[in-house]
Amino acid sequence: MVEFFQTYLGADFGWLVAHVILILLIALPVMLVMAISTWMDRKVWAAMQLRRGPNVVGPVGFLQPFADGLKLFLKETVVPSGANKGVFFIAPMITFVLALVAWAVIPFDAGWVLADINVGLLYLFAVSSMGVYGIIMSGWASNSKYPFLGGLRSAAQMVSYEVSIGFVIVTVVLYASSFNLTDIVESQRGNIFGVVNGNIFNPLLFPMAIVFLISALAETNRPPFDLPEAEAELVAGYQVEYSSMTFALFFLGEYMNVLLMCALASILFLGGYLPPFNWEPLYMVPGVIWLFAKIVFMFFVFAWVKATVPRYRYDQLMRLGWKVFLPLTLFWVVLVSGWLVFSGHYGAPILSGGLS
Amino acid sequence: MIQALIFYLFASVVVASALMVILARNPVHSVLWLILAFFNAAGLFLAIGAEFIAMILVIVYVGAVAVLFLFVVMMLDIDFTRMRAGFSKYLPFGLALGLVLAVELAMVGGAWVFGDLALDARAAPVPATQLSNTQALGTILYTDYVFIFQMAGMILLTAMIGAIVLTLRRRPGVKRQDISKQNARTPASAVTITRPQLGAGVDTDAGVQG
Repeated sequence: MVEFFQTYLGADFGWLVAHVILILLIALPVMLVMAISTWMDRKVWAAMQLRRGPNVVGPVGFLQPFADGLKLFLKETVVPSGANKGVFFIAPMITFVLALVAWAVIPFDAGWVLADINVGLLYLFAVSSMGVYGIIMSGWASNSKYPFLGGLRSAAQMVSYEVSIGFVIVTVVLYASSFNLTDIVESQRGNIFGVVNGNIFNPLLFPMAIVFLISALAETNRPPFDLPEAEAELVAGYQVEYSSMTFALFFLGEYMNVLLMCALASILFLGGYLPPFNWEPLYMVPGVIWLFAKIVFMFFVFAWVKATVPRYRYDQLMRLGWKVFLPLTLFWVVLVSGWLVFSGHYGAPILSGGLS
Repeated sequence: MIQALIFYLFASVVVASALMVILARNPVHSVLWLILAFFNAAGLFLAIGAEFIAMILVIVYVGAVAVLFLFVVMMLDIDFTRMRAGFSKYLPFGLALGLVLAVELAMVGGAWVFGDLALDARAAPVPATQLSNTQALGTILYTDYVFIFQMAGMILLTAMIGAIVLTLRRRPGVKRQDISKQNARTPASAVTITRPQLGAGVDTDAGVQG
């Protein structure tokens, strides 16, 4: 497509137009899926509690998220008089923009990626580690006690769980010997005796998949780790003072981060756009559908956890992050690298200068 | 052209936000400007093709170190009127200190001579390998410089242990939880089912009665 526009509009301008269109092609479906995911979240949650969930607006309540969005859009934005105005308005924008830019490196199919960069996984990790700023800035700028407590909790929590996510990512990168997300997906093609695709079927990486799932729950402030917005203690945490579109941006950003973590889990452990089994007829289904199915499955798991598990206490959360996950993942990095050297799997031959 | 444009964009934002770090009245704003400076410095690294360093800069400095900065600074309770109270009293001293520093900086800048090694390194062509710079850094760090690399790690570890030892104190009388002990409890060790006789009550210390 880039070549198509470059032939008609010149090299530079055509490149620009093509990339703007590509960005829209990713951003608009992501936002649409995000809106539907709030509906799915509520439906799954309701079904597990023997309720109906949203069922009034549209068929089976399908249009509920759009009605909610319209309602929020039409409301008045209230700014607390003691708030620090600039930071107060920048915070939700940071949350939303960071949640959106991360999708630039996600490979939706072989070659279907906007920015095929060498350090794609590090980029994702960097973007998700910056997500804490939206929360901590909103907590401080609101100049009110509940948001402030929520912001502090969230900062400590997200920094703690990033450490274990980082080590989990290292174990996967050791197997793939690349930070490029397409390479990581391709390294999972038939990775267990050529039968299945996906690191989760690797007995050595399976525990890391579990640790990643739990850390992703903590990283996105989802139950059972939703302490920054624990409604019983902090009303709604960092977003108490936000209303109208500023609240909507937080809400959207949060769900988009959840979807992003689902996509990351699919790519790192479930084989991304590859079908679950390395069997020829399964490859006739387009890769983007496999990735979408995996993201929906992971989202279902997130909703499932939300509906069934009670909230952690704060000291238990910190204990899990620092005293259980950190030593475990650190040990696992040594174990995986030891196994890879022992089994003679050194990844790409980098010292002999022969990278394809 | 576009490279120069990107360089000047990032560089000017770095310089401007570094200036704002010391000009901002509010210390939290200072930290936020500092974060912007870090972020744009990462952009400068990207512009010269050092993508690994750029990402590590964002992950380590923006994602972790600056969050802890912000965490501490946010909790400071600053009284601005008191902070400005002694301004005129300390002004001459501050100006003198600044002047000395400026003169020293100027002298360092004036006496600066490029070493032969640095000039050679600049003149040397970038090796045209197919290595991505993550792999290139890894092969250098873990082969030629592994000793220095490990030393740096040990020094950081020592500093960390030192900080923990300095701040860790065990106060008496604090009830701590032992998660393994809690998990080891079973209904048999935690619950006693009694059938007390009318008016006799249950002596919990003596165990099951009646």
